[in-house]
Amino acid sequence: MELISPAELAKEKLHAMQEYSLLAGRSVGNLFRQPRYLADTLQQADVIGVGSVSIVVLTGFFTGAVLALQTSQTLQQFGSLSLTGQVVSLSMVRELGPVLTGLMVAGRNASGMASELGSMRVTEQIDAMRALGTDPTKKLVTPRVVASVVMLFFLTVISDLVGVGGGFMVASLVLNLDANQYWTMAYQSLEFKDVVMGLTKPVFFGFIIATVGCYYGLSARGGTQGVGRATTQAVVASSVLILATNFFLTKLLIAWFT
Amino acid sequence: MSTTLSPPRGAGAPAAEQRGATIVFEDVAIEFEEKPVLDGVSFELPQGETKVLLGVAGAGKTTILKLVLGLIKPDRGRITVLGQDVSAMPEEDLFGLRGRIGMVFQESALFDSLTVEENVAFRLMEEGKLSEEEIHRRVAEALRFVELEHTLAMMPSELSGGMRRRVAIARAMVSEPEILLYDSPTGGLDPITSTTIIELIVKQRDFYKTSALLVSHRLQDGFMMASHYFDTAANEMRPLAQASRTDVHTTFLVLREGKVIFDGASRELAASRDEYIREYIA
Repeated sequence: MELISPAELAKEKLHAMQEYSLLAGRSVGNLFRQPRYLADTLQQADVIGVGSVSIVVLTGFFTGAVLALQTSQTLQQFGSLSLTGQVVSLSMVRELGPVLTGLMVAGRNASGMASELGSMRVTEQIDAMRALGTDPTKKLVTPRVVASVVMLFFLTVISDLVGVGGGFMVASLVLNLDANQYWTMAYQSLEFKDVVMGLTKPVFFGFIIATVGCYYGLSARGGTQGVGRATTQAVVASSVLILATNFFLTKLLIAWFT
Repeated sequence: MSTTLSPPRGAGAPAAEQRGATIVFEDVAIEFEEKPVLDGVSFELPQGETKVLLGVAGAGKTTILKLVLGLIKPDRGRITVLGQDVSAMPEEDLFGLRGRIGMVFQESALFDSLTVEENVAFRLMEEGKLSEEEIHRRVAEALRFVELEHTLAMMPSELSGGMRRRVAIARAMVSEPEILLYDSPTGGLDPITSTTIIELIVKQRDFYKTSALLVSHRLQDGFMMASHYFDTAANEMRPLAQASRTDVHTTFLVLREGKVIFDGASRELAASRDEYIREYIA
């Protein structure tokens, strides 16, 4: 394996960041330019949104359920088992719903975008598209970005609801809590700022998933091995970026609402 | 060949030098990873002429085609295509110009998730100027030209290598471009299929009279193009008679290590005294 100097490595990383920023910027700028690919956007919304419902429902349900199980142990020590609904709904809506949904969709769709666009790249289909007078960022990237942002928002809503439902199943069947008490606590503890915080995040996460997936796909090199590498990098980079962005967004939103 | 065509261009066609140049390269240089690929390349492609780019692998032939389309930018020099300086044009402006150029990629580069009809119709659909019926008619006509009209609903993966290459030709010519670029259209094909592809290119040249750059490793492809014309009455490619004055407007450009070492007609190429060229054409 060829060794690369730190200066070269830094230059490479800086160049990659510049290319990513340009692609991300163009994907947004394309919204204000013709042509707009509505049919492609709807198709991507189906692939990204409808296709991810099952994993999001399963993830949300079991996260809510295990959250109820774990927190009940501690709450019981203080005689506050009735607060289970509050803990589950606040945790799901503010943090776990958006983050876990983002990570699951990143694993499923950032990899899908990177492998699809990467295959097109290494088989010259991207060049063919440009040669045919079509801008690949308009035809391929922007529809995926719009679809990811919109669908992740709704997937997060589903995940939050199912998560609170999962918590209720445990609270009701395992902890023998009153259903009315659980739902009242879950509902009344939520404030407007919690919902805004929880539903602002997926907008950013959706953007990250689509732009990172498309960036790695469009910059894939070196045949099928390169496509495989791009796919892995897309999942790793989008997951890390989601977690890092979540921290800064949370800090920003908390500061905003206090 | 079953398509009925009007008579090909004969000796009465205007001489290349009297017509404007569609592509002009002036002292073009480009390097990849500090390795020079083209170094001071200059040539012109007159309107209606087909220029065959010859050279060993890595000589920079495909790079020239990508430079024409503005898919990559030169490090030095100027490239003028259809009167526009592509070396200085931003990507956004290049899409309009690319709509006037057709390109056949080395491995066809068909969109594997689209049917043959969707592949060929891609540019027309994107332009959005024609009705669906008109697009279908034009696609069917282009596929009839390459004798693959029965493949409309097939996926690229269901086609053989030669058929994919013919669909790529149909896709490139469906919008009646002013320039056609062929990147090794016979690469990896058997001799019979290669001849079929060259026959299609000759038919395209003599019927539509489109200016073209053709990259090839195979010298016989170029010589076949320079020594044959498409007989529309017989609907097949025929060799030019020795005494024929028919001008098929096909010239050669030979590249060696990123430099142009020959630019001229087939007779001049055959008579060249350059040792490398003699060895190359031997």
